Amino acid sequence: MSAQPNVKTLDKVVIRFSGDSGDGMQLVGNIFSDVSAGEGNMISTFPDYPAEIRAPQGSLSGVSGFQVSVGKDVHTPGDEADVLVSMNPAALKTNLQYLKPGGIIICDADSFTEANLKKALYKTNDPIEELGIDPDRIMLVPMTTLLKHTLADSGLDAKSIMKCKNMLALGLICWLFDKPVDKVLAKLKAKFAKKPAIYEANERVVNAGWDYGHNTHAGMPTYRIESDAAQPGIYTDINGNTATAWGLIMASEKSHRPLFLGSYPITPATDILHELAKRKDLGVKACQMEDEIAGVCSAIGASYGGHLAVTTTSGPGLALKSEGIGLAVMAELPLVIVDVQRGGPSTGLPTKTEQTDLMQALYGRNGESPLCVVAATSPTDCFDMAFQAARIAIEHMTPVILLTDAFIANGSSAWRVPDEKDYPEIKPHYITGDILEAGWKPFHRNEETKVRYWAIPGTEGAMHRVGGLEKDYHTSVISTDGPNHELMVKTRREKVAKIAADIPLLEVEGTLDADTILVGWGGTYGHLLSACAELNSDGIPVALAQFRYINPLPANALETLKKFKRIIVAELNTGMFADYLQMHLPGKEILRINKIEGQPFMVNEITSGVKKLLSED
Amino acid sequence: MDTANNTKYTAAHFKNEQAARWCPGCGDHAILSTLHKAMAEVGVAPHNTAVISGIGCSSRLPYYMNTYGMHTIHGRAAAIATGLKTARPDLMVWEVSGDGDGLAIGGNHFIHALRRNVDINILLFNNKIYGLTKGQYSPTSDRGFVSKSSPYGTTEDPFIPAELVFGCRGKFFARGFDVSLDTTKEIMIAAAKHKGTSVVEVLQNCVIFNQGIYSWLTDKEARVDHVIHLVHGEKMLFGKDKNKGLVQDGFSLKAVTIGEDGYTIDDVLVHDAHKEDDTLQRELALMDGHNLPLAIGVIRDVSGLTYEEDVEHQVNEVKTKKGFTSLRDMIIKSRETWEVK
Repeated sequence: MSAQPNVKTLDKVVIRFSGDSGDGMQLVGNIFSDVSAGEGNMISTFPDYPAEIRAPQGSLSGVSGFQVSVGKDVHTPGDEADVLVSMNPAALKTNLQYLKPGGIIICDADSFTEANLKKALYKTNDPIEELGIDPDRIMLVPMTTLLKHTLADSGLDAKSIMKCKNMLALGLICWLFDKPVDKVLAKLKAKFAKKPAIYEANERVVNAGWDYGHNTHAGMPTYRIESDAAQPGIYTDINGNTATAWGLIMASEKSHRPLFLGSYPITPATDILHELAKRKDLGVKACQMEDEIAGVCSAIGASYGGHLAVTTTSGPGLALKSEGIGLAVMAELPLVIVDVQRGGPSTGLPTKTEQTDLMQALYGRNGESPLCVVAATSPTDCFDMAFQAARIAIEHMTPVILLTDAFIANGSSAWRVPDEKDYPEIKPHYITGDILEAGWKPFHRNEETKVRYWAIPGTEGAMHRVGGLEKDYHTSVISTDGPNHELMVKTRREKVAKIAADIPLLEVEGTLDADTILVGWGGTYGHLLSACAELNSDGIPVALAQFRYINPLPANALETLKKFKRIIVAELNTGMFADYLQMHLPGKEILRINKIEGQPFMVNEITSGVKKLLSED
Repeated sequence: MDTANNTKYTAAHFKNEQAARWCPGCGDHAILSTLHKAMAEVGVAPHNTAVISGIGCSSRLPYYMNTYGMHTIHGRAAAIATGLKTARPDLMVWEVSGDGDGLAIGGNHFIHALRRNVDINILLFNNKIYGLTKGQYSPTSDRGFVSKSSPYGTTEDPFIPAELVFGCRGKFFARGFDVSLDTTKEIMIAAAKHKGTSVVEVLQNCVIFNQGIYSWLTDKEARVDHVIHLVHGEKMLFGKDKNKGLVQDGFSLKAVTIGEDGYTIDDVLVHDAHKEDDTLQRELALMDGHNLPLAIGVIRDVSGLTYEEDVEHQVNEVKTKKGFTSLRDMIIKSRETWEVK
């Protein structure tokens, strides 16, 4: 496979793979992304899959998609695809909406059977015309026929042969975007290390796909995607859930506190449990408990025992954990709660993304129950924010809720493997001998920070009891005294508020002296950043502030926002963060851009939203 | 647990200065002082001991201990104790719970703690009533029991805690009374020494809301004929002159008087708490004091792999096998990476 003629260069390309949920589109997407990242491209991925593991084959509800943006200055998986790969008529029908006007479609021509068309609810026998697709923009590849020819003498049964169809599409895409097939094969070889026959079949099919493109479309230009100059170092491809798990491990290393996870499987958070269960090889104790409540409660037990204790979940699980979290608030124990947000309420849209747990995280407990809430802005930022959540929990003796979401949890980016020295030491707020001797009680605290001291079981002379009942400020024994309760409520609030002195200031990007500031929080950062850049290059000056620290807010946040004439909060809910900011900025008008479709923003939704709000001014 | 150190502990080492706030006459007072004594005899240092409770009258107990402890939330003590013991196998962990806390709201954690066989000692105070909420029926109240929330009598059957423990393949079950403190101390010590989840059911009177619920069994006069104290390796004898015994009768047990109907002491069964097969132990635990005497003492005590040991073992095994020195080392050795220069 020598260098190809007629290669054009692109800054950035968006590819969307779509097929039946059993067609292996996630695998194809992941391999292509990994190979591209290895070539030095920036990548951002978005797996978009149904809640059913195997919906009826060929049906509209069973379509699974994987979108990836590859190239320079990549911050999102892209609004619309340049290339859409569709393995069957159902995938074509449901995914056409994501294709750019003028984009290319690659289709399995053999899949357009009467039965498949019927299952996908087509009215005619010509899906291309029915969907209004320009025939010049669709590459109809007889994938099934090619596949059968390629593997005719492989000795594999028909079912195993069909499982290789995704590799044909992968080979074709590698040809189109000038990606090295040998790197793809290396990944497949590792994946099928124990099944050489399957590897060999996949290898033949990938090559067949590449050859098909090369031979039959020799006149068509192929594309080379530009790379970014990255910071020197060792890189790997990482998704948000893995990054979260690793950030917690880094915090364990830097705090010298062993890591304990109490969890219960729930989409889309389960992969954090999977990863930490594997990391028993780094000493992690990851326990799958009997329910969400036991997840948080076992973590509270481990925290009392002196561990860096974590529980991971998604919205419905956070609801179940709320009483346990309240106990950690009251007992003033360090605890990290990771909530990978998904569409709600109730079971809602389990595999789709949303930012609708913000109010639950802030207020979803009985009584005055303040805790620290932070949010990650991207797959790789999950590492940093998991680290920070753990640092704050341990140094400030408080539960911390880390909000991520399905979009950044499943999405991936290239990530520079950090060195231990890139991260600060975490200093647990241990009790000392001096404090013990001075008549220590469990709820005595550093009067500056209001943080109580951590006395770990096994320490002689520091035996103490904690619990859910209110304690006396001075003696730490149970107290129902009214004024004492008010003092304790205010003290716990003050302790959390004082974390503001220990987190970074809010940064503003874009046009700093613009009248308008676009505000977001958490996982929408990539889209907001792209929207901000587009607006500024369109001559509409806009600044951007993305919040990672929500409670407490960064010390400069309110002053910074007040300076702008217009504040526009864009978020994937009906306006929770806007309401929260409004509470802190009474009298200041806060404009909103909202989306609650279970999907991330598209950049153009934000840019057009901003333009519309400005035109109404 | 540093049982090896030479410090001799007394009950005073485990008692703190807090005055217990249970009702005068409540069985909890006696159980508390018995626990202080049992812990002293077990000999694990107060600073290596933790007592975890849920919510309810019994769950106030940790506040009266000079050990580490947590008074947690309703029903969750078993889950919290599981986390603590798994994180810190070096600590001796006790759990204090009641029939409402442990078997109603906390039923799920109770059964799963037993299934995992985590090494915690569960004291289950069973007074067949919710006391702290002022007198509602509990999951151990008998069918038809009249309470504030069942003014016409309950319409549901109770759990028998022992049956739940056996159903969860529990490896240790013992029973005692709040008025039979020697036995209760003995079984607390046995529970502490047992590796794995131990359940000690303490039948207990509530002077305010369920006064006399066990009197027919526990009053001195009644006790001799209605209660049998089982001791591993000893004949199953009861009655004023130890002249009654339990014998096998087909697949069932039968109470007989020695010297009557042709029964001799040789016919009386010997208690084997260590037998893996729980058939007979289960029958003994289900005797209710009516036709057959209610059993107290250690009814089942068999060994098995504990959860926290196996977790620790697995962690050490994979750590040694993989040999990673840090997160970065793991990533570089096990993930696909590329270098940018």
